Amino acid sequence: MINKFYNNLIVQSIFLMSILIIMGLFIPNWLVFVITKAIAYGLVALGIVTLMRGGLVSFGQGFVFAIGGYTAGLLGTQAGLTDAILLLFISFLFTGFVGLIIGPLLARYRDIFFAMLSLAFSMVLYGVLIKIDAIGGSDGFVLPESTYFGILPSTEYADYMLYLVSIILSGIVSILLRYYYNSTPGLIALAVRENELRVEYLGASAFTVTVLNFTIAAGLGGMGGALNGIALGHIDPEFSYWTTSGEFVFISILAGYLSVPAVFLAALLLELVRSFSGRYFPDTWQLILGVFLILSIIYIPTGIGSFFKKFMDKLNKKKNK
Amino acid sequence: MTNANYILRAEGINKSFGAVTAANDININIQSGEKVSLIGSNGAGKTTFMNMVTGYLKPDTGSIIFENKDITQLNPRQITQKGISRSFQIPQIFEPMTAWENLLVALGTSKKKHSYFKSAKSQENADYIDEILNRFALNEFAHRQVSELPGGVRKLLDIAMALVRKPKILLLDEPTSGVGSEEKYPLMDTIAKALSGENLTVIFVEHDMDIVQNYSDRIIAFYSGSVIADGNSKEVLSDSKVQEYVTGKTKLKAN
Repeated sequence: MINKFYNNLIVQSIFLMSILIIMGLFIPNWLVFVITKAIAYGLVALGIVTLMRGGLVSFGQGFVFAIGGYTAGLLGTQAGLTDAILLLFISFLFTGFVGLIIGPLLARYRDIFFAMLSLAFSMVLYGVLIKIDAIGGSDGFVLPESTYFGILPSTEYADYMLYLVSIILSGIVSILLRYYYNSTPGLIALAVRENELRVEYLGASAFTVTVLNFTIAAGLGGMGGALNGIALGHIDPEFSYWTTSGEFVFISILAGYLSVPAVFLAALLLELVRSFSGRYFPDTWQLILGVFLILSIIYIPTGIGSFFKKFMDKLNKKKNK
Repeated sequence: MTNANYILRAEGINKSFGAVTAANDININIQSGEKVSLIGSNGAGKTTFMNMVTGYLKPDTGSIIFENKDITQLNPRQITQKGISRSFQIPQIFEPMTAWENLLVALGTSKKKHSYFKSAKSQENADYIDEILNRFALNEFAHRQVSELPGGVRKLLDIAMALVRKPKILLLDEPTSGVGSEEKYPLMDTIAKALSGENLTVIFVEHDMDIVQNYSDRIIAFYSGSVIADGNSKEVLSDSKVQEYVTGKTKLKAN
């Protein structure tokens, strides 16, 4: 009974979240910011990982990242809505809806065609955003300070409050996604990745699975964009630029599709590499990032999630003994 | 017998690929519970017929009627949902998964409603999969990755996956192809045993005439896209056209 309690996914997640929340009180403010940003990127990459489970990779998640960011930003500046939790939630719903609309179009394509079409969407959005002066054009615009249940935290605790929200949010998202991945539709998605024709001959729709995964990925991308915008206090068309989308793909490849926490860890690694190389090698940080990516692909082709899975499998075997 | 009594009817089916005629005015009626084998040399039109019944190919003209409903324009998924499943000449299984997980996917796809927050590996599903594994004598391979499994076992798994949905018609495309001659009979015995007790109509493509005679009630012979003979094994295998174009001089079994 006690073992069952501790093996429970929700209990494990709450435990991990509690540690991170307490840790946030003691770590330096720059690291709080880096982790928050890593969670924002991790949420978007989780969307790509969800698509990867169905055999697809999107090169254009900057599209939903930007929509999420601009949704939060415009609601803050135009509608006066500053509650961070509400903004994140609305961005998730709105981009999820956008995903549901364009998902059926994208779901007709596979492999590189899917990837390039998604990239095309993001670049079209980028082109539109830089031309609209009313929302800042290429400079973007500044977001108002965020409130939490109507309370505006002091400057000293503003970063920590967003960190707290993002830890809880990522925890909830991780739990829900793990449940989805383990469910029958989640398993069918893995089968679609391997043999779409057979899935159809078993009576399931690969198209529906792809649309569902794309909708989830869009919602998560939007939420990540909103979180990133709120964390930076600024939003600009770069959110939709192809290099931003490339970073999400980088995180997804580094993490692999076997573990949810690995995605956040990969996002944190990217943020740390970016931060440190940006500080010590400001002109060549992309080179460092490139080398890091090459080494990751060569030495851990299935991603760092494979370590997590191996560890969990060993742990389960021991318990079963 | 009126048309309404047949579970499957192919009416005036024609199909061409450019200048090649793959199906030429095919008319076949199949009763519920029949075990029908389709024979013919390569390119005779057996697999084309099977692909048209399962929706992978659409006939140029003619219709396919299943339980008195026209399914000619339905896609493979819709046809599977109606109750026609199939296995493949080259087993179509999910290679990185175990045999157990393959069956779990097959079981998952057969359910009309899904819970997105309930593990697919429920006790109820596990019990049903264990039962299927048992019927197909696959227990010892249950937790092995299917890419490591021998050919005969992969064939059985492919058929077991098609059967999970409890179809009304099961089409087997060359169930013994790629299997050693000494393995063919044990394989067919396992399949026959696993399918017994189900009120299932089985249509299978086969080249081995001994197997055809032993495991089917009725034989339909194809040649160059046309049906050249249709009847019991004695009638069909002694037919002069069948002997000329399909079997050579196959000896008929005493029984």
